[in-house]
Amino acid sequence: MAAIPAWLTLLIAPFIVLNVVIGLVTYVTLLERKFAARMQSRIGPYRVGPHGLLQPIADALKLMMKEDVVPTAADRRIYNLAPIVFLIPCMLIFATIPFAPGLGVADVNIGILFFLAVSAMEIVGLFMAGWGSNNKYALLSAMRAVNQIISYDLPFIFSALVPVLLAGSLKMSDIAAVQQGSLLKWFIFYPVIGQLAFIMFIVSTLAAENRVPFDILEAESELVAGFRVEYSGMKFALIQLGEYAHMIGSSFLAALLFLGAWSGPGPEYLGPIWFLLKAMFVFLLVTWIRWSFVRIRVDQILALSWKALLPATLGLLITTAVVVVWRTSGF
Amino acid sequence: MLDVNNTTRVEMDWSGPERLQMNMGPQHPSAHGVFRAILGLQGETVVDVDAVIGYLHRCHEKLSETLTYAQYPSIASKTDYVAAMTSEFAYVLAAEEIGKFEVPKRAQYLRVIVAELQRIASHLLWLGTWCMDMGGALGGGATIFLYCIREREDILDLFESLVGARLLYGFFQVGGVRYDLPDGWAAQCRSTIERINSRIDEYEQMLVDNAFFLARTQGVGVVSRELAQDVGIAGPLLRGSGVNYDIRRNAPYSSYQDFDFRVPVETGGDCYARYRVRMAEFRQAISIIRQALDKLPAGPISSRPALKSVAQIRIPKGEAYARVEGPRGEVGTYLISDGSAKPYRMKWRGASFSNLAILPHIIPGHKVADVVAIMGSVDPVFGEVDR
Amino acid sequence: MNAEQARASLGSMLGVEIAAGVPMVVDVPPSRWEEIARYAKDTLGCRFFNFLTAVDWKEQGLEVVARVDNLEDGISLMLKTKLGSGVTNCASLTPVYRGANWMERECFDMFGVHFDNHPDLRRILLEDGWEGHPLLKSYAVDTPHPPYR
Repeated sequence: MAAIPAWLTLLIAPFIVLNVVIGLVTYVTLLERKFAARMQSRIGPYRVGPHGLLQPIADALKLMMKEDVVPTAADRRIYNLAPIVFLIPCMLIFATIPFAPGLGVADVNIGILFFLAVSAMEIVGLFMAGWGSNNKYALLSAMRAVNQIISYDLPFIFSALVPVLLAGSLKMSDIAAVQQGSLLKWFIFYPVIGQLAFIMFIVSTLAAENRVPFDILEAESELVAGFRVEYSGMKFALIQLGEYAHMIGSSFLAALLFLGAWSGPGPEYLGPIWFLLKAMFVFLLVTWIRWSFVRIRVDQILALSWKALLPATLGLLITTAVVVVWRTSGF
Repeated sequence: MLDVNNTTRVEMDWSGPERLQMNMGPQHPSAHGVFRAILGLQGETVVDVDAVIGYLHRCHEKLSETLTYAQYPSIASKTDYVAAMTSEFAYVLAAEEIGKFEVPKRAQYLRVIVAELQRIASHLLWLGTWCMDMGGALGGGATIFLYCIREREDILDLFESLVGARLLYGFFQVGGVRYDLPDGWAAQCRSTIERINSRIDEYEQMLVDNAFFLARTQGVGVVSRELAQDVGIAGPLLRGSGVNYDIRRNAPYSSYQDFDFRVPVETGGDCYARYRVRMAEFRQAISIIRQALDKLPAGPISSRPALKSVAQIRIPKGEAYARVEGPRGEVGTYLISDGSAKPYRMKWRGASFSNLAILPHIIPGHKVADVVAIMGSVDPVFGEVDR
Repeated sequence: MNAEQARASLGSMLGVEIAAGVPMVVDVPPSRWEEIARYAKDTLGCRFFNFLTAVDWKEQGLEVVARVDNLEDGISLMLKTKLGSGVTNCASLTPVYRGANWMERECFDMFGVHFDNHPDLRRILLEDGWEGHPLLKSYAVDTPHPPYR
């Protein structure tokens, strides 16, 4: 087969990844709804297609056909740009994730750094949405958003750095490669440090993604959808897409950092399937937590972050560094 | 807003940079009905609450002057529509007190059974909606909401086989009750309350060890004993603040003195204390129903002849104030009769109206999220607030 | 203090004989309304404010009724004051009981009774621009009020 020119690869790979991600995101909403329904002793979407399998398609069509209502007093440019500015970082994080050895869009040396930095940029889109809506509820929610996401990005980064230290590289495929071979090589099974880091990573992810119990941004019963309250139709769909894409991206990152990415029994080409399954496991864990707990208040959330989680992750990072140096220098 | 002594009204100072006046309701997912709270915010802290009510005002008190004593009990259930049985109860008790009508023992026991079943159903709805308010319609709160609604459906099925209606009944009439138990109702009732008893234990387990739930409810919305009595709140709110007062115990009506039950009292005064009072009331209500079903005497269900015309019931001139312990507190009717077929004046003392009056006194100083938790633990029903 | 002592002391304060019963009905002259309420709260221990309402006796005028309870000792007082024909002013009980705030607003809304010293007397159940006071006997049930029927 003739060699594919590099510029063509640069176009095709992101196209494929984006489409797969969007397809995955839509079906993950169905997965969540079914999972939640079973937890609440009901069935969930059932009628649209066999066992509700066409429900996401129906939802997407509905959102596309909805009337686009824009409040008259809204700041037009910011209001219209906000969903796009919110969506772009959420999609961009998939650029550095390798789905199999050598199968990724741009597996750069600073993969983790790129992921963490870009995922923090969604705050800009959030705040633009809240401000541009010219709505007190949206504004209150946007303020809380900035507060919360900034507070929790630090523990997020520090707990994500623990596997980086253990692997010795920022490149995502290196981190995954170190965990290949056997089950016990996965970083989640690293004595004490691995488990603690995983737990703190999950907690920080919950907060950075606005998931219950930290979903004060969109607290339905107080702020009635928060920063999204004035969006309808396709713009709302873009915001939903961005949120779930970010959630899936963080699940993939958790699977890569802690659960060994594509390591699993069977032949090599089953790697991406294992990766997907592990990411779905993390996603279901987060969903399970979501449907079991009530949310806590904003000042309690910030107190948890600054007083408990940040010192804990910092301490864990330093401990990991000490342990790594100790082991490499021989003992 | 009221000044620090809570006596005079002062104008708010809107000059600072973080002041915001936010409107909650009347269309709001957690306003428990139509209720508008104009919150004055300083950052995230509420400094002023102006509660605007009256969206559901139908002037029951004027309406009762145009309806006879036989017609009004069905309308009375529309005040507290979540606990319709206890609403009708207060009205017929007042009419019977003026007219000095004897209510047969069987009717009294049936009234007790139905009132306690209604208390369980109302508290189930309270638990579900409160958790939903705190957890979001798409979060953990919705899970408990759906479980509680599933239990409540069983009780509504019982009511449907007894009366024919699920939410608003016409079960009470002056002199007794209107319907007798159908076959198999007692057995179905027993099995339902056994099932609910075990499920309540499950829900309590889900909540009581949950650190998030405790963080949201402990220390929030503290009502002191003195404030509780001064404002006139009643029911679980009063007992949650340490005042041991239950109308079923202190001023028994309709043979409540025949039953052996405990009145739960907590001294915390916060949302968590009120939660514990209501959870204990579940179990006491189940115990009362069991005792009533065991001791149910045979006999007539009404001391008045069956109704053939709406103006049949005549009550001599007089006045009375009769009250019942509803799920939300003291539901009372102050009835003045002038000897004709219709009352001269009826004042409806709605439990939720007095309970809601506590909000401007306890909310300032809390965060916006606490407003929702406090409103849920006060558990207002706006049919009673606005009448 | 128990119910008998309360009945005796209140009777001597007002100079009339109060009938025993639950509740004890006490007729108070309008000028001593607040004073008797304060006496009930401070001396008789009736700290629980149950409700406050009014009755329209047509030619004889309005009557304001309030019920207060002493929960520990079981004393219930039904305080009544006849305002007199054509009189719509009454002293407010808000300095004594905080619960009187909303109850008196409702009385004002429904009967037009103006409570002196009330911190915030405005309509509570009806909208601010409503004309008339519905629970007065002179207000017909089917009085039209656009846009409502």
